[in-house]
Amino acid sequence: MPVQIRVPTPLRRFTGGADVVTAEGSSLREVLDDLERKHPGLRERLLDENGELRRFVNIYINGDDVRFLDNLSSKVKDGDDISIVPAIAGGR
Amino acid sequence: MATTSQSFQRSPEGANSEFVPVARAENVMGLIGNTPLLEITKITAGLLRPGVRIFAKLEGFNPGGSVKDRPALKMIMEGLRKGELVPGKTIIDSTSGNTGIALAMLGAALGFPVELVMAANASRERKKIIQAFGAKIIYSDPLEGSDGAILLCRKIIERNPERYFKPDQYANENNPLAHFETTGPEIWRQTKGAVTHFIAGLGTGGTVMGTGRYLKMRNPAVKVIGVEPDDAMHGLEGLKHMASSIVPPIYHEEELDDKIQVSTEDAYEMVYALGQIEGVLVGQSSGAAMVAALKVARGLREGCVVTIFPDFGEKYLSTNLWIGWKSWTRDRLSHLLAKCKTESESVIT
Ligand SMILES: Cc1ncc(COP(=O)(O)O)c(C=O)c1O
Repeated sequence: MPVQIRVPTPLRRFTGGADVVTAEGSSLREVLDDLERKHPGLRERLLDENGELRRFVNIYINGDDVRFLDNLSSKVKDGDDISIVPAIAGGR
Repeated sequence: MATTSQSFQRSPEGANSEFVPVARAENVMGLIGNTPLLEITKITAGLLRPGVRIFAKLEGFNPGGSVKDRPALKMIMEGLRKGELVPGKTIIDSTSGNTGIALAMLGAALGFPVELVMAANASRERKKIIQAFGAKIIYSDPLEGSDGAILLCRKIIERNPERYFKPDQYANENNPLAHFETTGPEIWRQTKGAVTHFIAGLGTGGTVMGTGRYLKMRNPAVKVIGVEPDDAMHGLEGLKHMASSIVPPIYHEEELDDKIQVSTEDAYEMVYALGQIEGVLVGQSSGAAMVAALKVARGLREGCVVTIFPDFGEKYLSTNLWIGWKSWTRDRLSHLLAKCKTESESVIT
């Protein structure tokens, strides 16, 4: 059963313009792996060369910042709502 | 307290009998500009040829804390002069950033209400600073970034067009003009005309366009170089990845001699290095500017490279910029410096 992932504008070039996509997995890491299979190139924008979440990327599971959960090991269950949010508002 | 406030007013006749403080300005507007240049010497030690120097213009010294005080002041003053901003109107714009702070400050000083549209993920410090100046914040969807704020702001104005004055920094020629009239001449004077390269981050493009035009007018050989994030998904507050954004009407890329892309990670590393090695704590766009300045300077035999540090670092302390900084050590600097080599031959003189 899939979870829903909200994608910010700068990453929609990887999702064919879609702002919401679905993926499967029981942890955030698995979800991101599945996302990479479906939308190649996306994971590299989110994780650094050591496989850690990039500093300027925030991911929320049902509104909770995963840095305050278990980072990439955070558990994900059916129907969860995941948001990828750039850490900056991007304004001048 | 009438006597106290009177003594702060300038009165030539009373100047001898009354206590008159040595003030720098009569209001905050008078404190904008004339920021110092800091020569960057420690990070660069041993890296540059003897005739090459790098200077950073510390825009954090402006009263609103950033380079954006300059265009905000110019846009508001021109609005007043042309009668577009009149008593009863509200100043509105879409900005999560330093322009919002500058407009909020100037609105307070001049007695105009200010409303700012910004993505909800703007940093906590910024929101508080803006509110502390009495301005109102309207939030847009964080997933839509600054372009989302621009669109929401347009909608709000459409509903009530006669109520608002929108400086519109992306399209207002007074934005680059402010830099043409102040930032450029200051740099020319401060370097005694020796500047050879001017390097600035691209947000609206106002700084690089206006300052660049002035410097090229004084000396057409000056190279003007823009700095942008290396990807649409980045963490460089204040900067724009031009290829993936709504390109600001005031931005004319063909006027640049070169454009350098910097990764968010390298810029953050440079912020840590500038704090601990140079003793200057700045925001992430200054880190990006410094990375670019080093790339350019290392390729030169001779030159005076001037870059802009748009603001200081305090208002980013709650942000992701500081995730993991505690593990930073000086040996990470050499790793970073190894990357700050000239990639572009076009800027070598
Ligand atoms: C921190 C910071 N850096 C750089 C810039 C870019 O300046 P400009 O809009 O003149 O291109 C801005 C713009 O607000 C900024 O806030």
